[in-house]
Amino acid sequence: MKPEFEGIVFQGISRRAFLLSSGAAAVAVTFGGLSLSKKVLAQAGPYAPNGWVRVGTDNIVTIYAPASEMGQGVMTAMPLLIAEEMDLDWNLCRVEQAPADPKIFGNPLFGGGMLTGASRTTRGYYEIMRLAGMQAREIMLQNAGRKLDVPVSDLSTEPHYVVHKASGRRMSYGEIASFAQVPSSPPQFTRERLKSPKQFRLIGKDIGRIDVPDKVSGRAKYGIDVRQPGMLYATVLRAPVQGEKPEKIDDAAAKKVPGVRAVVPLPYGVGVVADTYWAARKGRNALKVSWSSGAKARAYSSDKALAEFQARARNLSDTGLEFVKEGDPEGALKKGRTFIQAEYSSQHVAQVPMEPMNCTARVDGDKVEIWSPSQAASLVALAATITGFKPENTAINITLLGGGFGRRVDFDYVIDAVLLAKNFQGSAVKVVWPREDDVQFTKFRPLVAQHLSAALDPQGNPIALRHRIVGESVYARANPPAFQKAGGRDIVLCEGAEHITYGVPNRVLYYLREQRGIDVGFWRGVGSGYTKFAIETFIDELASIARKDPVAYRLGLLKNSPRAREVIEEVVRMSQWHSPRPRGRALGIAYSDSWETHCAQVAEVSVDRKTGAVRVHEVWCAVDCGVALQPRNVAAQMESAIMFGLSAALAEQVTFKDGVPQQSNFHDYPVLRMDQAPLVHVKVMVTENKPGGIGEVGLPPIAPAVANALAKLTGKRLRDLPFKKEMLKA
Amino acid sequence: MVKFVVNGREAHSEQPGDTPLLWVVRDELGLTGTKFGCGIAQCGACTVHVNGVPTRACITPVSSVAGKRITTIEGLSPAADHALQKAWIEEQVPQCGYCQSGQIMAAAALLAKNKKPTRAQIVAHMKGNLCRCGTYNQIVAAIQRAAKQA
Repeated sequence: MKPEFEGIVFQGISRRAFLLSSGAAAVAVTFGGLSLSKKVLAQAGPYAPNGWVRVGTDNIVTIYAPASEMGQGVMTAMPLLIAEEMDLDWNLCRVEQAPADPKIFGNPLFGGGMLTGASRTTRGYYEIMRLAGMQAREIMLQNAGRKLDVPVSDLSTEPHYVVHKASGRRMSYGEIASFAQVPSSPPQFTRERLKSPKQFRLIGKDIGRIDVPDKVSGRAKYGIDVRQPGMLYATVLRAPVQGEKPEKIDDAAAKKVPGVRAVVPLPYGVGVVADTYWAARKGRNALKVSWSSGAKARAYSSDKALAEFQARARNLSDTGLEFVKEGDPEGALKKGRTFIQAEYSSQHVAQVPMEPMNCTARVDGDKVEIWSPSQAASLVALAATITGFKPENTAINITLLGGGFGRRVDFDYVIDAVLLAKNFQGSAVKVVWPREDDVQFTKFRPLVAQHLSAALDPQGNPIALRHRIVGESVYARANPPAFQKAGGRDIVLCEGAEHITYGVPNRVLYYLREQRGIDVGFWRGVGSGYTKFAIETFIDELASIARKDPVAYRLGLLKNSPRAREVIEEVVRMSQWHSPRPRGRALGIAYSDSWETHCAQVAEVSVDRKTGAVRVHEVWCAVDCGVALQPRNVAAQMESAIMFGLSAALAEQVTFKDGVPQQSNFHDYPVLRMDQAPLVHVKVMVTENKPGGIGEVGLPPIAPAVANALAKLTGKRLRDLPFKKEMLKA
Repeated sequence: MVKFVVNGREAHSEQPGDTPLLWVVRDELGLTGTKFGCGIAQCGACTVHVNGVPTRACITPVSSVAGKRITTIEGLSPAADHALQKAWIEEQVPQCGYCQSGQIMAAAALLAKNKKPTRAQIVAHMKGNLCRCGTYNQIVAAIQRAAKQA
């Protein structure tokens, strides 16, 4: 029933915007199935019991990290899963970024593709990487058993050793690697054999992140740091409005800039390739380009679009697509004692990871090598296919990412690099976007209007809830076939609204799709960021109409979810919810169930009624993500997402006028700074439930928690993201 | 040609004088620890020391540093064991880590003139450095830790 987000192919992009692979009707990458053991590395050198690990005769075990490291800690937490089951000494482990080989390293939650996002890394790899570790351990045992001439059943392991208790003999994994053979049919295991959380020796213990030392010494290599012999530098002047093309290019002045090697027309802009990056930027500044003017997006202005979206949201006769229906919502809405409705809006926001978009590529005849800070090795591969390279001729290197936040699922910067490198056979070309391009030409979080209605019973509890969401589709762009298969349900755009833990017997969700010619994409906590804002501020409003404490009201609606109740009860204890606050301050609460993790937050807030400036002093956060692989890192991710969500709620927005984005850099797209950062207290609640997501979980509750506190302080319900300061002025 | 000293060694740039020091340090000298973030001195990812003063390399023309001493993250401490770098590891500050070279260079300039900064002084000094991962509280904790051990 519930459509599953199946990953991304961006099919439409290749056809509409590039038309480079002529005649290719579809260029979707076929994701291979999962195989733990098919690929066995050559016997020379380190011993590879399976594709995930190599055991060196020096006793060092190298483990592949399958997901992109963008700050969320997966380069440590994922290899740890192998180390746990293989019984490794973590101090003798090394981690390498996995090659782009989805057959081994694909995430089953993305149809076997290598993609890092949607808080699916831990959820996707939690079992298969432990199974791979268990398999590798068994192979070490078998080899030791043959050497010692004892049955495997008499052997056990201690970290990095196989032990024969009866004789007291021990062999390190490194020793075993010197003679080990790869079994013709590798042992297979099922999840029943995996350790129970009580047996964990590494999982759940805080271990220093392996990427941290290089990140404080300056040695860490991000995509932008790639250096190749004879490398050229490039940047692209992009069309000011999406969908336009260069019509006339006057590059005379650009070509006169010392160091500029070439000016390259592209389907969506003009590239400048030079000996240095600064020369490329100067060349770009010197370009005179006239652009086509027929793009659909020319008609797009945020104010007008939002007003139209809102009108549509409140026009109940326009039902769009019925996404979810439980019970008889429309009937029940007419029957309640009280009827309430409210409208919400959220502006476009950009991800602005600190590392601007960049990519390096080298083309040699029909071969291409790509170095990319990407969230999706499988989509870098797709970019190579789109630009005319066969998978077997494509080499992909995933570097560290200076932030991702959904931006680096897309691969427009990869296309730039490959297209430009085609003009310089044999030379690597590094393209770097100016920050201005990153703000203006990202794939934005959608502009969204929401309309919520509820009917309350005489006790004030909701008997029916209707949720209507209007916006451009993310899923339709990213994966058209899956979008169609899901019956037009945009699981990304409506994230957080399709399922709610609150017990409401009659419920309906409508999705009303818009198509305005501006690409929208992924963002940290994409849909849940605004759907939970609407739901959690609405619930708070219902509580006040029911004259109930917002905590008691929520707990009443969560009778059937002990995990939800527990995070709320815990955050109430942490924040001393019932204690009086200093004058001029108030608390607000919110809860989120997205990504199979429960999270509740309380924010302590004050507001300057003269200016409308909001100050969030302190945030308390309780989270139950099931088994927490690295509790300290879980807490860090919660705090990180709280800052990210607060930043967006307070000030971030990209507005359009006639298709042109109006903001361009951190001076007019302000992101949260240290002097605005609240103190944050996180409690990671230890449970033995299957791990849920982490990277985005902290985000949805913060905006509604702050808005709910502001409602207490001012009596005004904030229903817009970012918050409208003028509403808070007295 | 512009001559200067980088991390204690003589260096020079062949680039036009208006080239920002950032690109000279990163691409010409190969010291990629200093990062490009915004290009307009709004984020602090490119912070280096010029004669000991924290400076935004992205808006500093290389011609303006002729004869001056430049310190980048690579030169802060030869073994990467500056009190701040150790504290950064202890507090597990970095997430994506991209801004952290600039954060550490900004913090080092603070501690050089104020050995025991208050929280308010730390925030006032550091608020020009953006961290999109929001590690601000961990940065404060690491600076306080380093100050305590100094």
